[in-house]
Amino acid sequence: MTTTEPSVGNAGRATARPAGPRPGSPLAAIRSSTRAARTRRKWYEIIGLTAPAAIVFTMFVLAPMGFAVYYSLYRWNGYGWPTEFKGLSNYFGELGAFRDPIFLDALRNNAIIIVGSLLVQGPLALGIALLLNRKFRFRSVFRLLVFVPYVIAEVTVGIMWSLILLGGSVTDTFLNAIGLGGLVTGWLANLDVVIWTMLFILTWKYTGFALILFLAGLSNVPTELTEAAALDGASWWQIQWRITIPLLGPTIRIWMFLSMIGSLQVFDVIWVAASPAVRSLGASNSMATYMVDHGFNERQWGYGNAVAVILFTISFVAALLFQRFVLRRDVDDARTGRVN
Amino acid sequence: MAITRRSGAVVALLAATTLLLAACGSGGGDTNTNSSDLYKNPVTLVWWNNYNTDGPGKTYWQKVAADFHNLHPTVTVQFNGIETNELQRSKLPAALLSNSPPDIFAAWGGGEMVEQVQAGYLKDITDQTKTEVANIGPASNIWAVNGKQYGLPYQFAVEGFWYNKDIFTQAGITSAPKTMDDLNADIAKIKAVGKIPIAVGAGDKWPAAHWWYNFALRECSATALANAGAKHTFDDACFVKAGQDLQTFNATNPYQPNFLATPGQKGADSSAGLVANGKAAMELMGAWDGGTMGSLTPDKKQPSFLGWFPFPSVSGGAGNQSAAMGGGDGFACSKKAPPECVEFLKYIVSPDVEKGYAATGAGNPIVKGSEAGLTDPVLQAIAQATQQAGGVQLWLDTQFGATAGTAMNDAIVAIFAQKGDPNGVVTALKNAAR
Repeated sequence: MTTTEPSVGNAGRATARPAGPRPGSPLAAIRSSTRAARTRRKWYEIIGLTAPAAIVFTMFVLAPMGFAVYYSLYRWNGYGWPTEFKGLSNYFGELGAFRDPIFLDALRNNAIIIVGSLLVQGPLALGIALLLNRKFRFRSVFRLLVFVPYVIAEVTVGIMWSLILLGGSVTDTFLNAIGLGGLVTGWLANLDVVIWTMLFILTWKYTGFALILFLAGLSNVPTELTEAAALDGASWWQIQWRITIPLLGPTIRIWMFLSMIGSLQVFDVIWVAASPAVRSLGASNSMATYMVDHGFNERQWGYGNAVAVILFTISFVAALLFQRFVLRRDVDDARTGRVN
Repeated sequence: MAITRRSGAVVALLAATTLLLAACGSGGGDTNTNSSDLYKNPVTLVWWNNYNTDGPGKTYWQKVAADFHNLHPTVTVQFNGIETNELQRSKLPAALLSNSPPDIFAAWGGGEMVEQVQAGYLKDITDQTKTEVANIGPASNIWAVNGKQYGLPYQFAVEGFWYNKDIFTQAGITSAPKTMDDLNADIAKIKAVGKIPIAVGAGDKWPAAHWWYNFALRECSATALANAGAKHTFDDACFVKAGQDLQTFNATNPYQPNFLATPGQKGADSSAGLVANGKAAMELMGAWDGGTMGSLTPDKKQPSFLGWFPFPSVSGGAGNQSAAMGGGDGFACSKKAPPECVEFLKYIVSPDVEKGYAATGAGNPIVKGSEAGLTDPVLQAIAQATQQAGGVQLWLDTQFGATAGTAMNDAIVAIFAQKGDPNGVVTALKNAAR
């Protein structure tokens, strides 16, 4: 950066650009300064073009995150500005989140939903996707039917299932009618059962999402491969197992990632379908519902922020680990495809 | 080209920054009127009311807003109906923290109001409302902090049992129970005719918690309750006793099955719905229950079989056996509100407006003389009980504020779920008060 450089002026440099000195010419000094100028200009452009997005991102994502961390160090009821500094006691103190059995219940419930979603929704959606990928009449109608639950709003789903499952309603009558009356329980009231009821509702709702991703992935599997395999005498099962599913790998891994993050942050269906009492007893709560219950309803905004920070940290670390160990191969493939 | 592109970026950047600064900068501008030029400048009062669902209550308050504008054309009242919990728990704190809070908003009094006053959000209306406070009587104290008035109630009533007279007759019960022993005997009789004795909306937590409040009211001396309210001390053994009473009572299995999932007011399967549709014999609930039940029957009419009696006495309890739990609704003005806000508040609690409110059947008016507007016999009985009660205690969760109140309700629900014990409630209260 010489002092003369700015005097060259933007206009002069910009017009000089197409006629820049060729490599090896005696104008090497000028060339290098022009190259520096070009680099600088590139950076101006990068900064100028990304600044609006960067400012918005900082204001609405980074700054609130910073505030959340800051608030989480206080005992604060939301009136006035926080003044009662408590250090990390909202996290680890005697009354901190990690010592509250109800919060630990929320962690366990989130874990159940993550594992349950991956183990149930994935295979279920994959099976349906492989079936619906074959050609038959009314295929699109069936595709639509499986996808419909995903399109319905979460709150609607929650209310609908709470009405279906409430004691003495449709479900119990149906079970009694088919001779399974012994199974009838408080689907939404039995504290040992509620979380499985929630998992059922979430599976019902989100299998369609996995399905649509898998169908999109299947349409990218070249038919040449399956046709060639078929000509070689491979059975339908062998084709699916050895060709289609391996080629669907990137899609499945992306779905796992989305499902995991969604399960960590699950809120609305649980909030609407399970009663506040069952939630506050730790039977159906998730980290997100716990956060709202304690942050807003119990008006402990500092504590609520601490829970938000914990939820964010867990999601962030889970996302990083998943990227590092599972998605890495897909990302590397993409990079080698682009560079060189 | 390059220049254009770059300067374009700069312009975009500047534009974005300006927009952001403008967005951050707006929202100031206090109203600097003082009381001498009342009604001289045009003002708009933003009113946050908790009547958010269509019905006679909401229609009435909208009419009150319009009437006030007709009386004082410089004042425009902008009515906003917001669901109670959303208003109190999330919208109002955020709005009060901002530069532009609503001018007049729903206030429950008690601990919540103490916190709002401590943060300096509310207008002191002591001097302007002396007449109104005298007309309202002692209940106005709930909307006062340290002897200063910060809000006024327009409705207040005690709670009790809403019961189905037909089921009582069918079960051979001739008079409303006076003691817990009477109530237990009646529960056995109702079970014998195959009905649910008591519906409880434990799913919503607070309807279950009210059972504990009433036991605490019967077990605790006035001093113990006053100390709990003012100083958040819960050392008196009566608070454990209340939980033991509740445990004993719950052991008689008086409620509908799966009550932990039963909502209080939503749908025909809610606790109010079970009574309204003749499946359950009674429910412990506030004065609004008749209106709620009316919206849950197939013909949308309040059932004619409804009767009312106060919470029975508990033998050996140190509390006043004729005292009652109660609560009400009021409004408060934010500190930044123009003086016209106080005038509107006074208008709301004026006898004529209160009589009109009584006629809607949406609740019990509080100003003396306005109970004449009540037409519903049950509401008349409640108004009488409110006046004759040997002391009225505000809902304990409202009294203790959101933090201690919610922790207490959670611990009481744990007793209902047989996951907690009487000491748990006291521990939760003490932890929240720390």
